[in-house]
Amino acid sequence: MSLEDYFRIGETIELGSHVFHPDEIKRFAAKYDPQRFHMDEAAAEHSVFGRLCASGWHTCAMWMKYNLAHREDYEKRPWTGEGPPPEFGPSPGFQNLKWLKPVYAGETITFTRKAVKHRALASRPGWRVLTLICGAVDSKGDKVLEFESAVLVKAE
Amino acid sequence: MTDFKWAYEDLEKGRTIEFEPKIVTAEEIIEFASEFDAQPMHLDEEAGKNSILGGLAASGWHTCAMFMRMMCDAFLLDSTSQGAPGVEYARWKKPVLAGDTLSGRSTITARRRSRSRPDLGFVTCRHELTNQHGEIVLELENTGMFLLRDPGAAA
Repeated sequence: MSLEDYFRIGETIELGSHVFHPDEIKRFAAKYDPQRFHMDEAAAEHSVFGRLCASGWHTCAMWMKYNLAHREDYEKRPWTGEGPPPEFGPSPGFQNLKWLKPVYAGETITFTRKAVKHRALASRPGWRVLTLICGAVDSKGDKVLEFESAVLVKAE
Repeated sequence: MTDFKWAYEDLEKGRTIEFEPKIVTAEEIIEFASEFDAQPMHLDEEAGKNSILGGLAASGWHTCAMFMRMMCDAFLLDSTSQGAPGVEYARWKKPVLAGDTLSGRSTITARRRSRSRPDLGFVTCRHELTNQHGEIVLELENTGMFLLRDPGAAA
């Protein structure tokens, strides 16, 4: 098994679906993003979005939850290559994040991930950077979220 | 819209808006991680110490969420904001550890009026959070939409 096989380079992986209930939208917003269109149905009707919708950061955090559940190490996907199994570390960040459509209360959102490449990290011998294209679609199949992420992986 | 303190006209290029500092507790790190990012270094002090992060560390997404709350309280809630279509980039430059005190600021780097909507403008900001040692822990850039206070006035 190569690292390409283990990371499933080029394969779009469906991570699962989540229903964004109004109560959890408001609960997240009350802590982290108390703009009126994330907090209150009536106020949201008079806002740019027209209806209660999730904070964009809530959608991102939920992507992470579903991503982690389907990550190679959490899935206990067996490593059959040489040396110790790759070990996932932190992420240095993301880029080109787009909230393409509001995530309205009650919507079912399906999360995806595609690993596209990996390279050795010059500043940290033994570690590699894995690049991921991350996404989410609503029940109509419309994209609501898209971003390019990275994660450090300790691998030979 | 003139009820709000901050409209497009007030968000001039070069202006920096400071956030109120915030202390990050172990409890909130664990609470966020339990729900969204249940990796050992975000849940447990010992696991954090043994990881590349060096202590119980906030999920990067939690750091983004804390940034959002600090920006909301600093100006966004009292503004004509119409939301933001995305984030150009975000860099988690240093771990955010339990007990850290975060400060932050948004600096306006560019702005322009909408061509199709005379009442709207786009404001690009570089945002950062720093810890008590003055180190940048989060750096990000994005463009938000804000209504004008007085769309009829000369640009």
